[in-house]
Order: sequence, then structure tokens, then C-alpha cells
Amino acid sequence: MSPTSDTRDRGFLLVLALFAGLYIALIVGMLAADATYTTPGDLLAALESPEIRYAAKLSLITSTITALLSVWFAIPIGYLLSRTNFPGKALIDGILDIPIVLPPMVIGLSLLILFQTSFGQAIEGVLPITYRIPSVVLAQFAVACAFAVRTMRVTFDQIPQRPEQVALTLGATRAQAFWRVTLPQAGSGALSAGLLAWARALGEFGPILVFSGATRMRTEVLPTTVWLELSTGNLEAAVAVSLLMVLAAISVLVTARALGARKGW
Amino acid sequence: MIRFDSIALTQGSFHLSNLSFEVPTGAYAVLMGPTGCGKTTILELLCGLRSPMLGSIQLNDQDVTQLTPAARGVGYVPQDAALFPTLTVGEQIGFSLRVRRLPDPEVSARVAELGELLGIAHLLARRPADLSGGERQRVALGRALAFRPSILCLDEPLAALDEDMHAEMCNLLQTVHSETGVTALHVTHSLQESERLATHQLRFTSGSIQDVTSDKARP
Repeated sequence: MSPTSDTRDRGFLLVLALFAGLYIALIVGMLAADATYTTPGDLLAALESPEIRYAAKLSLITSTITALLSVWFAIPIGYLLSRTNFPGKALIDGILDIPIVLPPMVIGLSLLILFQTSFGQAIEGVLPITYRIPSVVLAQFAVACAFAVRTMRVTFDQIPQRPEQVALTLGATRAQAFWRVTLPQAGSGALSAGLLAWARALGEFGPILVFSGATRMRTEVLPTTVWLELSTGNLEAAVAVSLLMVLAAISVLVTARALGARKGW
Repeated sequence: MIRFDSIALTQGSFHLSNLSFEVPTGAYAVLMGPTGCGKTTILELLCGLRSPMLGSIQLNDQDVTQLTPAARGVGYVPQDAALFPTLTVGEQIGFSLRVRRLPDPEVSARVAELGELLGIAHLLARRPADLSGGERQRVALGRALAFRPSILCLDEPLAALDEDMHAEMCNLLQTVHSETGVTALHVTHSLQESERLATHQLRFTSGSIQDVTSDKARP
């Protein structure tokens, strides 16, 4: 605090700190409650269960595929929204927000119905999706990609357009200007978009329950495990699995941040 | 030669209409005018980053109004240099040659040549974040000159420099102009810059551009 700030300034800062403190206390309190409710024995037991090991593996693999797919789609979509104007842009922008505001169960139900149509059935004929592993990725992607798109759009909005325009005057095509000048500046944004998509995918439950089912050793992901264990009254296992997800999310966040910091993002 | 013929443009609340002016081949024209009068817009029209609603733009007797920025071959030094943040100085200067798929030895030779001409040969491996204001402007100039454009436009290239650096860059711009014979259009607020560099002085007032070249400056 600067020496010139008087009592009223301190009061103002105190109010800000109070709100911050209350919210942080809630977050830390929730995690602490989980940690104290369970014992290392419960955690180990959870890790030894083949069903839970399968769910953990499926969760990590599908979330990673979803995060990569989401960034892959979000970069061109975010760039298009940031750099071009076209008729119906407001409508497109609105459609891209739908997965963010739609109740998760509705997304699952909509996917289920989509794959019952003749179009969906044609796809199922080539690659079976509903109630199988691809449905897990698709359900995660339907929601996570919308968050990645938002992040990439803000990223490109914040990258000045002038260097890209200079590249055009130097003889570059728009594609060359994008690949050589603009995209290399979007590294930290793409990392944030990927992390956000990964975290959303890891926690996705509603759409997966409806579209993929909750079959053990088949389409069971960690959020499904928590729900299955809770519904059979096995609170200890549910909490242990929740903690596993907390640990996985924190370790991915820390690793990605460290990688980003090393690359200067 | 640069010729604007009856250009009209509307961009939000900004309007230009019936704007015409000409800069002869090999001239160093300096365009002055009040803030917000549209000087940067003139340069954007020239480079092809904006399209006029009416009128035509001719460069060296060719109508370029419908051409893309890449096809116009105008060297552009924007305000604040607008360097490419992730490329080294050498990569920025060689950029226009690499997108033209010139062989590596030719690119390296041209980069080295411009490094010498502009006094930045020792900076080729650095990135923009590690350059001073004057160095950034030199790099932007080198980047614009690399593909030997016949037209060069500069948007307040000396605005952010201290007095010593300002004088040094003025000398450099004169050297570049005499060595390359490029036709230049330089936008500035500074009367001093205009009197020092211009072979043609242009003034942008109330929507039209007048040639106000003083007898002293006239070649």
C-alpha cells in the first residue's frame, strides 16, 4: 500500500480483500473437506479397482483428444471471427455460444437424437458412435470447443492487425501472413484454449451420461464413476475419485503453465 | 509515379471525396496535415489495405485500384514500425524475398546488404523486443526496401525518436532515397522533417491535397 493512501483507501481495499477472501475460502474449503473426508487407504483402494483405473484412463485419453481437436477447430474459427466481416456474422457468433448456455443434459439428448436421424444412422453405419467411446469424445467436444473458440477469438482480437497487413504489402498471401506472422503470436492463447477445453472435457458428465451411457469398463469416465459410486451409497470411493480428478487437473495446469513459461508465453 | 484520381471513401464518420494528387517518379514527397485528417488512410489506400468507393489509383502509369496489396509492390513503413514480434531482424528483412521463394543465398546477400546500408548488421539475430525505437524504424525500413519496390510509403517514421536519432534517421532516409531512386510518400507532423527531406511538399487541408513546395525545396 502506498504511503499516501488514507484510511478511506484502506477501507476500500479491505472490502475488495473481503470478497476475494470469502470466495477463496469457499474454494479451498471444498478441497480441504474432500481431502479430510478421505484417507490414503480409500485413495489406494480406488486406484486398485480395475473399473476406476479404466475410467481414469478413458477420461485422460478422451479429454486430451478433445482438447487437441477443440484447439484445431478453434484456431480457424476464432481467426475468421476476429479478422473478417461477412453477412450473418452476428448469427454465426450467436450459434457458437449455444453450447455454452445450453443445459448439458440437453446437449446429450440432442446428440442422441441427431444420431437417430437418417444422417446420423449413415455415420453410425461407417463408425459406430452412440454408446461407444467415440460418443464420449463427441459429447466432450460439443461443449469444450465452444470455450476454446471464445478464447481463440479474444486471442486474435488482442494481436494487432498491422504486422499482418504489412506482410500483405510485402507480397505475402493471407495464408502466408497468418502462418508466418499471426499464428506464431497466438501460442499462449492456444495453450489457454487447450487447457480450458481439457478441463471442461474432464468434468463433462451430463451429455456423456445421456449419449454414451454409464457402462462399466466401456464408456465410464471419472465423472460417471463419481455418480455411480454415489448412487450405490459408496461416498468414500466417490470422494476418492473426485480427489483424483482434482489432482489430475492441477498437475495438467501446472505442467502446461511451466511449459508456457519456458517458451516465453 | 503516384497518382490519386478523384478518390472517394467513407469509413464510419470519416469521409473523403474527389481527392486527387500526384507525386512524380523519383520524388520524395512529404505530406503534412492536422491530426485525424486521414493521412494514414491515404497510405492505406496506396498500399491496397483499403479500397476507395470511387476514383482510381495509378502507380507508374498502371491502374492498381483493383489490385491486392501483394500485387502492388509498395514498400510500407507503418507508424510504430509494426515489426513481426516472433521473427528475428534478419527474418523480417528477408520476409518479402522468402514469400517470393528466392534462393537462400540471394536472401542472405540482400539482408546483409540492407544491414550494412541501414547500420543494423549487428542486430540481425535479435527480436523486436530487444530493439530501441530508432533500431525498430531502421528494421521496418529495411523490411520495406528488401524487394526493391519502386514506391515507398512512410507513416510518421521519425515520430517516436529523440533529437539526435531524428537527425541521424533523416540523413539515412536521404541516403536511401538517393541510392535507390525510390518514389517516396512520407507522412509527418513535423515541418522541420518536411523542409529537410522533401523534394515535394504536400499539405492536406479541408479534404484536399495541395502541392505547397517552397521554391527553396524545388529541385
